[in-house]
Amino acid sequence: MALIELNNICKTYHIGDMSLPVLKGVSLKVERGEFVALMGASGSGKSTLMNILGCLDHPTSGQYLLDGQDISRLTSDGRAVIRNKKVGFVFQNFNLLARTSAVDNVVMPLTYTSENLTDRQCRRRAEELLTRLGLGDRLDHEPSQLSGGQQQRVAIARALVNRPPIVFADEPTGNLDSHTSKDVLNILRQLNEEEGITMILVTHDAGVAQHAKRTIRIHDGMIVDGAYGGRVSVGGNA
Amino acid sequence: MKTYRTMRTALRALRRNPMRAALTTLGIIIGVGAVIAMMEIGAGSSAAIQKTIASMGANSLMIHPGTASSSGVSFGSGSIMTLTPDDCEAVIKECTAVKTAAPVVRTRTQIVCGDRNWVPTFIYGSSPAYFDVREWNVPTDGELFTDLDVLNSSKVCVVGQTIVRELFDGRSPIGKEVRLNNVSLRIVGVLKQKGANMMGMDQDDVVVAPWTTIKYNIAGSSVTNAIQSRSSTSSSTSSAVNTISDLYPSSTVSLYPEKSSTQAANNPMLVRFTNVDEIQVLANSANEIPLAIRQITSLLRDRHRIRPGQPEDFVIRNMAELSSVMTSTTRMMTNLLLCVALISLLVGGVGIMNIMLVSVTERTHEIGLRMAVGAQSRDILIQFLVEAVVLCLLGGALGILLGHGGSLLVRYFLKWPVMTSPAAIIAAVVVSATVGIVFGYYPAWKASRLDPIEALRYE
Repeated sequence: MALIELNNICKTYHIGDMSLPVLKGVSLKVERGEFVALMGASGSGKSTLMNILGCLDHPTSGQYLLDGQDISRLTSDGRAVIRNKKVGFVFQNFNLLARTSAVDNVVMPLTYTSENLTDRQCRRRAEELLTRLGLGDRLDHEPSQLSGGQQQRVAIARALVNRPPIVFADEPTGNLDSHTSKDVLNILRQLNEEEGITMILVTHDAGVAQHAKRTIRIHDGMIVDGAYGGRVSVGGNA
Repeated sequence: MKTYRTMRTALRALRRNPMRAALTTLGIIIGVGAVIAMMEIGAGSSAAIQKTIASMGANSLMIHPGTASSSGVSFGSGSIMTLTPDDCEAVIKECTAVKTAAPVVRTRTQIVCGDRNWVPTFIYGSSPAYFDVREWNVPTDGELFTDLDVLNSSKVCVVGQTIVRELFDGRSPIGKEVRLNNVSLRIVGVLKQKGANMMGMDQDDVVVAPWTTIKYNIAGSSVTNAIQSRSSTSSSTSSAVNTISDLYPSSTVSLYPEKSSTQAANNPMLVRFTNVDEIQVLANSANEIPLAIRQITSLLRDRHRIRPGQPEDFVIRNMAELSSVMTSTTRMMTNLLLCVALISLLVGGVGIMNIMLVSVTERTHEIGLRMAVGAQSRDILIQFLVEAVVLCLLGGALGILLGHGGSLLVRYFLKWPVMTSPAAIIAAVVVSATVGIVFGYYPAWKASRLDPIEALRYE
């Protein structure tokens, strides 16, 4: 069974009397352990698709199965639980809490989990993750004391702290220089290969998309390429 | 567990931005501080006003003898002699609502000092308790007479300001002798100025002496004259010719009030040792006046052996007019304070709401992030509510300190009466928490309803 399965997803925004169709029947499948890049120009519906995939938004019509569960029928609170348990996000602008130490930033999602972890367990988990990402000596630094690459690594640790099966990275290298970009992308690939975490990388940069094993191209609200794993490696080089 | 973590997140958020927290709290600090200060100062003023009214007699009761009637003709209040000093003692001892009581014997006669003379409006014979009942117990000069003076029927007296003015031209009269009905009394004290009473009579035109002295030495002769149809009380405008015999009470005092044979037959009561004209009673407080009246009534009925159903041989009067003034003043003060308190807290609450709303806008991004990593709207709601309530409680606590400190300063520097009221403090804490919830709810609700996508995109 595929980890992610979209069947004919449509999303239409209503602005006044006008209805603006953004996704026009998207169907795709992502298997467990894949590293997929979602590519498209701005305005192509890439972000909307990413929001639906990340359970931040609900589709106007169509079916979304995540890990066998129908997401499209969930309430916003139900989606919040799914986001907490099954999804990690890495954002372009890091989105770390200011004036909060790296460890506390990483621990933050655990605040909303129903899992019963003691404070010490939470902290240990965060410290382990940060150490593995090479920030063992920066545990109590605040975001303002960290470089861009370091901040993005803290953000990756935060995405992983609940041990989700999927991580969405929305332009994770958009605010980084080419050297640290490579670093971050390597970390993502490593996590994918070593931990088997499904990575979905949203980008408009073909060079970044190259790191993925499959590229889904979206244009004008429709998938033009790479919707299914079977027709793999048209744009990417695995 | 989850709620506890959310609450802790809220506390951490407050700690992360102490400046904002302080500004938010300021509104509540000032609000609660104003409430506490106003309540304390107001309660103090209110108590002072009530005390002033009480000193005019709102707490006091007067027991007068009842009315005598003969063949259907009533002689009016006080026309029989039924009250004794022992009644007064019993009232003090047995009525719990009564603070103290004093027997009063009245007379009216001329007072002579050297080449001057004067007829005081009031010549009272009483016990030292009288000064407590009238809240008149701090003499401006000299001192009051004592219980021992009463027992000894000492020839001493205390005079009011008018007497000092009329007889001594305002000079200190302490130690001077005055003559009343040819009995020489030494002035031991001068009473504070009290002004006119509610009927417009000069209360300072007064001479107070031990009741035994007045009864047996000065008004003595009038007791024998107490013929029912002639005098309403034992007071009589005495213009007796000065004779040496008046100095010796044994010749003039009848210890047993006389009764006509008809009266004795109609009203077979024990003959009392001696009588007083009035008993003045001070209740514990204005509220306890009705209780005091009930207690005194049952006690005196008992002592006077009045069977159930029979009319009483005494009348209790209270200062109904004064009491109503007191009640309305108290109610007005309370309402005034309540208004001030409510307005202050409202202002504080609106302040909290404003800053919380700004804070929600400012932290939209953070809220979006929290939602993206799995915070449900309830979690966000709780977080912001907890922040608001904690700020309000903190502000409440600081406000209590500020308000209390302020009122202490007022007491210290302005010498205003101040009264600490634990009720106001408890109310302030409860109200500040409520304000936190009420005015914190809207911003918190607004935060919880944010769309995570919009919130994350918000710059």
